[in-house]
Amino acid sequence: MAEQQTDWAAIAKNPKFEEIHHRKAVFLFGWWIFSCVYYFLLPIGAGSAQGLYSVKIIGNINFGYLFALSQFFVSWAIALYYAWWANSVSDRLTSELLDELKLR
Amino acid sequence: MKKFFVIMMVALTLGVVINAVLPVVSFAGPENQIASAITAQAPAKVERVEANRAITITMFLIIVGITLGIVVWAAKRTKTTADFYAARGAITGTQNGWAIAGDYMSAASFLGIAGLISLYGYDGFMYSVGWLVAYVTVLLIVAEPCRNAGKFTMGDILSFRTNPKPVRAAAAISTVAVSTFYLTAQMVGAGKLMELLLGIPFRIAISGVGCLMIIYVVFGGMIATTWVQIIKAGLLMTGAGVLCILVAAKAGFNPVQFFSDVATNTNIQSWVQINLLKEAIPKAGFDYGQRFLEPGLLLKDVWDQISLGMALVLGTAGMPHILMRFFTVPTAQAARKSVIIAMFIIGTFYILTTLLGFGAAINVSPQLISRVDAGGNMANMLLAQMLGNQVAPLAGDFLLAFLCAVAFATILAVVSGLVLAASAAISHDIYVNIVKGGHADQHEQVRAARITSVAVGATAIIIAILAEGQNVAHLVALAFAVASSGNLPVVILALFWRKFNTAGTIAGLMVGTFVAIGLVLVSPNMQYPKIIAAGQQKISVALEQKQAGGATLTDKEKAELAKAKMLYEKNKDGSSMMGLDKPLFPLKNPGIVSIPVGFLAAVLFSLMFRRKKEEDAFDELYVRQNTGIGVAKTIAH
Repeated sequence: MAEQQTDWAAIAKNPKFEEIHHRKAVFLFGWWIFSCVYYFLLPIGAGSAQGLYSVKIIGNINFGYLFALSQFFVSWAIALYYAWWANSVSDRLTSELLDELKLR
Repeated sequence: MKKFFVIMMVALTLGVVINAVLPVVSFAGPENQIASAITAQAPAKVERVEANRAITITMFLIIVGITLGIVVWAAKRTKTTADFYAARGAITGTQNGWAIAGDYMSAASFLGIAGLISLYGYDGFMYSVGWLVAYVTVLLIVAEPCRNAGKFTMGDILSFRTNPKPVRAAAAISTVAVSTFYLTAQMVGAGKLMELLLGIPFRIAISGVGCLMIIYVVFGGMIATTWVQIIKAGLLMTGAGVLCILVAAKAGFNPVQFFSDVATNTNIQSWVQINLLKEAIPKAGFDYGQRFLEPGLLLKDVWDQISLGMALVLGTAGMPHILMRFFTVPTAQAARKSVIIAMFIIGTFYILTTLLGFGAAINVSPQLISRVDAGGNMANMLLAQMLGNQVAPLAGDFLLAFLCAVAFATILAVVSGLVLAASAAISHDIYVNIVKGGHADQHEQVRAARITSVAVGATAIIIAILAEGQNVAHLVALAFAVASSGNLPVVILALFWRKFNTAGTIAGLMVGTFVAIGLVLVSPNMQYPKIIAAGQQKISVALEQKQAGGATLTDKEKAELAKAKMLYEKNKDGSSMMGLDKPLFPLKNPGIVSIPVGFLAAVLFSLMFRRKKEEDAFDELYVRQNTGIGVAKTIAH
């Protein structure tokens, strides 16, 4: 394998890599935890706040239905936001790192 | 090409032989609610869906014809292992997005969830949410790192910096376990569906589906599997879309009107009052129609839901057939794009499903849907037939036939993906890397992969036939539980934790897998004859009291009494498969316990058996998974 010569430890200590690593960790795990909390509110709320779920908002459409529906839109929003963030932040930083290391 | 035809003939005759040899096994027993929700049940004698056989079979043949055409095309392009397992990494992000959706949405999603909504209203919709939210985990945590660090299987990622042989063996065991559970549930569901729709006998349906799936995988490998999944996803979205337009047109394309139709429908009102809330006399002023749009009619235990939610959110990202899809795209960017596209397809589909489920309740009525199939699986089919026939005579038959074909394509796409994942684990991880120590030429590796696929497929057919009449629905939950407790913790720790090592990987995989399986074995999913007997005794006591009180029983009640007594006698001395009288673990879904246990085992064993060399190798893995350096070389070697 030709890539044996690559000094991985050195890349790992490169400040640019550390920045990528840090910003990715914060973004990814932060939004992942947000999405989990938002999701688990749905079954927990259905069990403990049935009264709230039954409140009619528009005609016969109640809060519970809109909350469940919002789960889809929140998931999509996170996905699109991540795509935008990755394109403009992490992909850019990564390509800068690769240029710096002359790996391409 | 000659060799291909020989194997094709072998695959086809296999089905016939298995059919002839296996004894008829069937087990009777009551099914639980969620169970019937996921797989089809035996139809009631009164009413049934009558698919027009000529149109339906023509459509089936068209699908089989097109897909076999793809197989012939793909077979010419499948020469190396990279072709066979990963379609050369040449699938685009958009194509892979459709393929992920096709791989993921099973017949249970298409028929089961709409059925749940048509029978239980809001809770059915709430149940569907977790299946999409799961993809946030896939997108943020596993998709890109897996693309950058892996090659063909989960074992590749896990063995990157650990002692490869034991780790690959453990990874293969858990991959095969997950695939087997999921595959069995899908195959049995497929058999029952074909029986219900077309009157094709269970074994013939299973053998037919099984042989097609073997042919797709053996000859076309990942290239053919991917295209079958893409076509299926397209058909599924078309079918759901057409049906939705018909439903929405009934309410004048006005969502407020649509929900008002649900709440004011007299069939739904009496269904909620009598069948769901069991109130013989309506409470004055209570809005039973509106109650259908509120939670609590199906999912009653919050802890069980949270546990299922955890298994979905973490398990999807640990499903071997989903992970494998990320090795088919060339870059991490394409992997990201594919998950986002898949999320939009899957999410749109589940939102349309609400419309279909409630639409079926309004137009067909929950009473009729549950008479045709107690689990509601025929809701979409009944809806299609009814609304189609209102448009034009024969249009209903045509639409119904189209939906049957969609269900058929759905099953084929999902089972092919699973067979491919299981055979990759056996041939790539076990045969090539453990038995042969990584020294096998391309020709030999591809041959091993093909032989394994035939073996896995044949085994799946046999297991499915043996499981006829068994309650297999909990196997889907079990597959997700094993994937979330065994696979996902070690994948995450391998990618993100420096101190993770061989001992931690093996402990995490094995403890997570077996704790999840063990908890299901002692959970309420199993049948407990003494509990069944107690229920039957109650029925017979009630009827006998009525008789003793001087009332004469109707013929129907007499038959019920005799049946209750018979079932009581049959079950009163029995115990569950594990020899238990009642469940030891109270929840149907083990995730809430088995996921933390899996993580804990992985962490503890890593800390107990620290390995300096493996920790040093983390830099390479971490840089690679974050930057994609060395990906092209990984594919080439």
